[in-house]
This record gives sequence, C-alpha cells and structure tokens, in this order.
Amino acid sequence: MFYREAGQFKTSYEADQAIFPILQDKWGLAALAAFAFVVIPLTANDFVLNSIMIPMMVFTLATIGLNVLLGYAGQLSLGTGAFMGVGAYACYKLTTFFPDTNIILLVLASGIFSAGVGIIFGLPSLRIKGLYLAVTTLAAQFFLEWAFIRIPWLYNYNDSGAIEVPQRLAFGIIATGPSATPLTRYMIVLCITVFITWLVSNLIRGRIGRSWMMIRDMDIAAELMGIKPLQAKLSAFAVSSYIAGVSGAMMVFFWLGAAEVESFDINHSFLILFMCILGGLGSLIGSYMGAAFIWVLPILIRAAPAALGITVTAASVEHINFMIVGALIIFFLIAEPAGLARLWQIGKQKLRVWPFPY
Amino acid sequence: MTMDAAVDTGAVNPDPPTARLSSDQRPVVLDVKNVSLSFGGVKAIQDVSFDIRKGEVRAIIGPNGAGKTSMLNVINGFYHPQHGTITWHGQERKQMRPHIAATQGIARTFQNVALFQGMSTLDNIMSGRSLKMKSNFLFQLIHYGPARNEEIEHRRKVEEIIDFLEIQAIRRTPVGRLPYGLKKRVELGRALAMEPELLLLDEPMAGMNLEEKEDMSRFIIDVNDQFGTTIALIEHDMGVVMDLSDRVVVLDHGELIADGTPNEVQANQNVIDAYLGVAH
Ligand SMILES: Nc1ncnc2c1ncn2[C@@H]1O[C@H](COP(=O)(O)OP(=O)(O)OP(=O)(O)O)[C@@H](O)[C@H]1O
Ligand SMILES: [Mg+2]
Repeated sequence: MFYREAGQFKTSYEADQAIFPILQDKWGLAALAAFAFVVIPLTANDFVLNSIMIPMMVFTLATIGLNVLLGYAGQLSLGTGAFMGVGAYACYKLTTFFPDTNIILLVLASGIFSAGVGIIFGLPSLRIKGLYLAVTTLAAQFFLEWAFIRIPWLYNYNDSGAIEVPQRLAFGIIATGPSATPLTRYMIVLCITVFITWLVSNLIRGRIGRSWMMIRDMDIAAELMGIKPLQAKLSAFAVSSYIAGVSGAMMVFFWLGAAEVESFDINHSFLILFMCILGGLGSLIGSYMGAAFIWVLPILIRAAPAALGITVTAASVEHINFMIVGALIIFFLIAEPAGLARLWQIGKQKLRVWPFPY
Repeated sequence: MTMDAAVDTGAVNPDPPTARLSSDQRPVVLDVKNVSLSFGGVKAIQDVSFDIRKGEVRAIIGPNGAGKTSMLNVINGFYHPQHGTITWHGQERKQMRPHIAATQGIARTFQNVALFQGMSTLDNIMSGRSLKMKSNFLFQLIHYGPARNEEIEHRRKVEEIIDFLEIQAIRRTPVGRLPYGLKKRVELGRALAMEPELLLLDEPMAGMNLEEKEDMSRFIIDVNDQFGTTIALIEHDMGVVMDLSDRVVVLDHGELIADGTPNEVQANQNVIDAYLGVAH
C-alpha cells in the first residue's frame, strides 16, 4: 500500500534509467546511508567497528568484485583471495616508495596492479568456460600464493615474511597503523566501498555492463551484436580484479594491520564466493546482504551462549558455528537460489500489491 | 499506431523505396558463389550459388536438414566454408567473424531463440545498439556527459522499436519469462535495433499460432517496406513464403535445386519431388 510506484510517472528516459527509480527506494537508501554515515559513527564502539563494520565493508567490496565477474559476466573465478593479495602487496610496495602520498590514493592505485594480473589470468577464459575456467583461476590462486612467499621483495624482506602496515596519513589524519582510530578507518572503508559501488552501478546500466551480461547469457548472439568476446571478458576480469585488489589493500591497511600469505588463501576465495552466491548473483545490493549475513552470523552465534548464560568451550562454539552457517547456506541455496537479493525483491513485490494481492 | 511509429523509426533507413522494383532491377548486395561446407563427412552445403538483391525479401526454403541454417551461419561468419566465395557489396570477403558481419550491417534471429535470458526486453533490445554506442570507459564509469546522453538517445530509438512491435507491456519483463511467440518478437526487435542493411530471419514463425504468424508477417512486411531492409527469410510455411517473398532459393540435401519467383519455384518439378520425398 505504501510501497509502490503508482502515481510516480517518469517524464523522461533519464529519470527512468536512474539507479533507484522508485521514490520509496530512494528514501530507503537515504535511511541506510544515514545509518552507515551518521548513526554508526555516533554510536558504535570499537568492537563493533573493528570486528563487524570494517570487515563487512571490506568483504562487501570483494563480493562486488567477484559479482562483476561471476554475476554479470558469467565467468567463474576461485582466485579472489589471491587477487586481494596482489592489491595488498602492491599497496604495501607503493607506500614504501611513496610514504608521503595520501594512503587512500595508494589503495585505489593498488587495484591497477591486480587488474593487470587479472587480465593475464583472464586470458584462458577466451577458450574455456565454467568449471575448466575455475580450475585455471585456481592455478592463479596457487601461483600467486607461491609468489607471495617466494618473492621477499614484496614484503620488504621482513624476517616474519609478513606485511606490517606502517603509519600513514590521509588528508592529514592518521589513517593506518596502530594509532589510527577505528572510526577513521571505518569511514575510509565505507566511503571507498560506497564510491566503488556507485561506479560499478554506472557501468552495469551502460554499454559495458550490458556487454558483460550479453556474453554471460548467450555468447553467440552477443558476438552477432558486435560484441568482441575478448574485450568483454577481459574488461570484466580487469574491473573485477581491480575491485578485489582494492578490497585486499583495504583489508590489510584498514582492518588487519598486518598480513601474510594466509590472509589471501583459497579459504578467502571461497568465503567471497559464498557471500556472492548467497547475496545474489548479479545484484549489488545482494553483495552487501551476502557479506553482512555471512560475516555477522558467526559473530552472533559466538555471542549467543554467553548471552544465554550457557558455558560452552570455544572449540565447540566454532563447530556449531560451522554447522549452522553451512546448513543455512544450503537451505538458502535450495529455497532461493537467486540469493537474498531475490528474497528482498519478492518481499518488495508483495509489499507493492499489499493489501490487495489480486 | 503501428504505421505512425514505424514512420518515426524511419531513421532505420531514410529513403524507403516508393514503388516496388522487381528484383532483377535492384543491385546485388550479397553474392554467394559455389559455396561448399562440410562437417567431417556431413556435406551441409554443396556448391551453392545465389544472390540477394537490395530491398528484396529472399526466402530460403527446403526440407529439414537441407542446409538452410548452415547457409545463414556462413553468411554471418559463424561457419567458414571450405570452398566458394561470398561477395558483400562487390567486395569479396575474407575470413569472416560474426562481430565483423555485425559492423557491416548484417543482423540475425535464430531458429531456437537466442535472447539474453537474464535481461529485460528493454535491455535485450538496447543490446542491439551496442555497436552504435561509442562513449568511453571513463564516462561510462561516472555515467556522465556522452555516456548518459547516448544512453538516453538510444533508449529513444529502442522505445520506437518497442512501439513498432507492440510490446510496450513487457518492457521490463525478464525475457526468460516470456511466452515463445513474444520471445521471437523481442528477438526481431533486438535485430532491428541494429538498423541492419541485411536481416537474416531463421524460421521467425516456427511454432506460432495463426494470429502470431499474421502479426509476424505484418512486421516483416513493414520492416521491408518502410525501412527498406533487405531480408533473407527461412520459413517452412509455404503460404507465408508465397505471400512475403520476392524470390525463393530452394535447398535440398545441401544442394540448390531451384531459384526463382515463388510461382516459378512452386511449379518446379525438383521442388515438388524434394518436398514429397522422392528418392534421388
Ligand atoms: N555444427 C555442426 N556440426 C555438424 N553438423 C552440422 C552442424 N551444423 C549443421 N550440421 C549438419 O548440416 C546439415 C544441415 O543442417 P542445417 O541446420 O543447416 O539444416 P536446416 O536446413 O536448417 O534444417 P531445419 O529445417 O531442420 O532447421 C544437417 O545434416 C546437420 O546435421
Ligand atoms: Mg535450420
């Protein structure tokens, strides 16, 4: 009754092509933005920022990156973790060479390196599809992990073999390192994630985004409409790996503070893949939902026994956690394979006709 | 309504032919000479020659497995014939790729609808405009200036096609959910969005009921009349072929057995034999 577009007529194609054509969606978005940009910074404590909000933004961005490739261009990749690593190491080297440069700029620049690597490992996609492509991206994952260990130049020859994030400034404020406040780091990851989401949504509604979806849905017909498969696929790999790289750099510089090769292993690739599938392939909002769901749920489950006054060992909490999250993922995939975003759509559809469904 | 909308879409071809010329007065756009194509042992096309002239509706008919679809696949560069030449506007073509055929103005629909299932009707037809969109990556990234303007400009064209094909109501529907007849219509719309010079239609009416066939016939005639688009049409329904086409090529077992006006072809003994299944 209250959520509907009745009476909202588009007077131009421009208005019709807006990202959120329905007025209520605009309000919903404004409310979410106010929550993320105002309410959270004013109310959240360090634990919430450090353990929930910052990683959620990092993983959301990584999920958007994978969604570009898998959800929009239809190319499966199991190398997300490693591409995040490329971004992180690139950022580390960049800030070593340019210690005085705004760290946000360097984080955004580090994605260029992962994009380059992504293009190289995307080349096989011109010949092979589906599972076979997944296997070549898996090879990329292992090769890059190997490189992260074997090329000590990447971590400045530290004895630990790890990246230690130095203190760096952004706009004169301490943004990284131990003395950067969680609030500063949260605001930075939030802004970068929202900004890149906006850029991607622009690509999606234009020619380039359509060329990805055309290749995904019917590559023969796409070619017939003049799409060059090489260009469409490699641009998807480039954009996707760029985003993965930026999220990897964010992960290390604004969240973990230090990282070694384990931070970019295959488990992370799968984590992002689950977030992507659960949130909904080909949905940007779904990327937020998927990342939030898979990241926050275990935290709630871990907190539950204490809240209920039950004493359980940490190990069994972890096991319960795995079982519940695993079961929920399977349940969701069976109940709604198109992900949380689709559930959200259905909910809105019901709301639109409520209270007169016929 | 249809007529008006169609006239608006006149940009597809600015000078529609006023009086209908007979086929042999028109210039040849596509010339197929001695083309042979085989897959391993299967000879799909054997030494076939024919031409397509500007602005005509050229039907390609023949029994199942005659090589009709293969012929279209050769014309738009999916298949590469082992022998023979294809000349486009007087220029012999070398190795052809489908996306190059697209830039030359050849569009196509498929026998088994090949729409982009995950996209809406609107986006499917918009995708036909891909080649005409030029704005660069950076502008697309911020959806500003040229990127935004061209999106609006092409959307206008696409809306004209939507009006022309009378599919306003399904604009936002993901095409995967459409009934078969409408899918075929959207696919025609997508091809029209390319403003092709030569339109290849592979059984556009297969599996349709009478009413849908009549609609589709009307659209094909309108496209040909009003936009001057040259059409190559594969069709099994002889009634439709007789009504729509200027000239007919008949294939059987990969060989050309007749070529002429609908009436000539219908009277041809080879054709009658082929359709009645007389042994060769
Ligand atoms: N890609 C391919 N690989 C192998 N054989 C093929 C291929 N494409 C077509 N053929 C064969 O070529 C012959 C002609 O097929 P084609 O699809 O062109 O026939 P058609 O005239 O379109 O028939 P229909 O009316 O059934 O659509 C058939 O024997 C078919 O099996
Ligand atoms: Mg066929």
